Amino acid sequence: MSEMTYLQAISDGLRSEMRADDRVFCMGEDIGGFGGAFKVTDGFIDEFGADRVMDTPLAESGIVGTAVGAAVVGMRPVCEMQFSDFISCGFDQLVNVAGKMHYRQGLAVPITVRLPTGGGFSGGPFHSQNPEAWFMHAPGIKVVAPATAEDAKGLLISAIRDPNPVLFCEHKHLYRRVKGEVDEEPYETPMRARVAREGDDLVVITYGAMVHTALEATEDLDGASVRVLDLRSLVPLDEEAILDSVRACSKVVIVDEANEMCAAGAQVAALIAEHGFEDLDGPVVRVATPSVPIPFSPPLEQAVLPSVDRVKEACHELLAY
Amino acid sequence: MAIAIARSEGTEHLSREDRVQLLRYMLLMRGIEERAMTLYRQGKVPGSFYDGCGQEAISTGAAFAMGPADRLCVLHRDLAAHLVRGVTPARAFGQYMGRAGGVTAGRDGNVHFGDWRLGCVGMVSMLPDMMLVATGMAMAFKLRREQRVALTWFGDGSTSRGDSHEAMNWAGVQRLPIVFVLENNQYAYSTPLEAQFAVDPVHRAEVYGFPGISVDGNDVEAVFEATREARERALAGAGPTLIACETMRMHGHAAHDDMRYVDQAQLEEWRRRDPIERQERRLQEIGVDVGAVRAGVAEEIEAGLQEALAMPMPDPASATEGVFHEGEANVLGDGQAPWSGVS
Repeated sequence: MSEMTYLQAISDGLRSEMRADDRVFCMGEDIGGFGGAFKVTDGFIDEFGADRVMDTPLAESGIVGTAVGAAVVGMRPVCEMQFSDFISCGFDQLVNVAGKMHYRQGLAVPITVRLPTGGGFSGGPFHSQNPEAWFMHAPGIKVVAPATAEDAKGLLISAIRDPNPVLFCEHKHLYRRVKGEVDEEPYETPMRARVAREGDDLVVITYGAMVHTALEATEDLDGASVRVLDLRSLVPLDEEAILDSVRACSKVVIVDEANEMCAAGAQVAALIAEHGFEDLDGPVVRVATPSVPIPFSPPLEQAVLPSVDRVKEACHELLAY
Repeated sequence: MAIAIARSEGTEHLSREDRVQLLRYMLLMRGIEERAMTLYRQGKVPGSFYDGCGQEAISTGAAFAMGPADRLCVLHRDLAAHLVRGVTPARAFGQYMGRAGGVTAGRDGNVHFGDWRLGCVGMVSMLPDMMLVATGMAMAFKLRREQRVALTWFGDGSTSRGDSHEAMNWAGVQRLPIVFVLENNQYAYSTPLEAQFAVDPVHRAEVYGFPGISVDGNDVEAVFEATREARERALAGAGPTLIACETMRMHGHAAHDDMRYVDQAQLEEWRRRDPIERQERRLQEIGVDVGAVRAGVAEEIEAGLQEALAMPMPDPASATEGVFHEGEANVLGDGQAPWSGVS
């Protein structure tokens, strides 16, 4: 084991898969000599060469579309979007080509697309988005979103080894802020939820950077025992773990950093309404970013992103219900 | 980079049997599509029906020039490419009728299919998405230093969308082993060429750094020869080629479209240039019994149709299955490659 940042753990997972499997290669904008906008592939070109750490033209549809082509002839491409926001330019290739390929033609599309997501640092409307729900709605695409360094490595390895298109949402705000003990050997993290903290008075269900917000917000809530469920994977969604937590806690707060309308948390709320209603002891409460573009100026951005205080307040109110 | 014009008469790379096979695949395509149109009118083909009448030379000639280990992304007016690669008439009819034995087992319709076992990826409706997929295949071949080529067809309408630029630019930058075959059939649905582009798209190749070649798209041997040469270039590491095939969509965009927007004189002119009749005349000159070829094709089609009509419809309980792949990923397999030059 060694201590790694979330970012180092992603690099470590990617490097170990590239060493183990010749089919794995990276493609993206400025990922070669420059090492990527966030330096995830820093130094990779020296070890693996420019063929396997491929600087592409500035063409996100091209990155996803050519990755599909490479995958169906036996490669395992790992694409980097410079920021997750730019996946909008590759939306069609993901949703219509990659996502529907297996259902229509029985052909596997083992591609991984790394999406540096999320806000909190004045990235503004085009460098702060959490686009995961766009793709949860599209059949045939898996979506994972690690919160810890350990899961970042293990989920990336699982994504690369998966025979399907997988979107790997890596939260930019966690890159250097979160550290943890990470096994130096390769390992797969299952695409299932994990209990980040045990508790039985209330459960906060969330994923990605909001796991840390939830843990901080519920550390000391007048002695209440608060569980934090880290979903880790949005597609597949671990329905059993969600309903187990509802049975155990009966009070549920769902936190999304993404815009509230039809977010991942909305699906969780719908699941609980359909299948966990009898176990509830209060309304399902949601905390999310309202449906506005993410503003640039710090006071504006902080006004919309879910904060520790907003989560704390939501939990307080629900505990008193 | 000059724009070359491919030879329009014959080629030393085709044997007598090859030339008969070119006719046979074109006849199969036209015959299957004519029969499928009847099935559509009888209510046996759900949805709508799209065909490639008049364009048979392009999918036949280009697919025929490719090797078994090459990979193709096939468009909706390219049925012959599937037949060349080994899809049987029965499976094509089954596909049109949404039967369990169709190529996609009812998951998709029309010529929206590709048999991955035969090295083909089927198109999606968003044109020209497959240009990027084919570019990615070529990229993998180059990365692995394999002697293989990718080929994709695309239409005049799809030259307007960004993916065509991204694909040709990418292929040019990386000098990929790929052949882009443009089927310029004069209309994108009802939109004529002059509303689609200001300059003939064959000229775009030059600015992407590779040759663009104009070909008579109703001459199957010319299309074959242009593709064969482009494939040779690709195998030699010289990069992509754009082959712009001039042709005419002789039917409407789909079965419902009566093509009122097309001048009858234009249609008549293209009717005189029919690719099948042209190849028949050539073969008659060298003493081939064209009537026997036609009779053989008619038999194949009828037998295929009967086989397809006996196929069951898919089980409704299977509608939610197969969204994700489980187990080791499958990859495209080799296709049939009937050209004597690759066998």
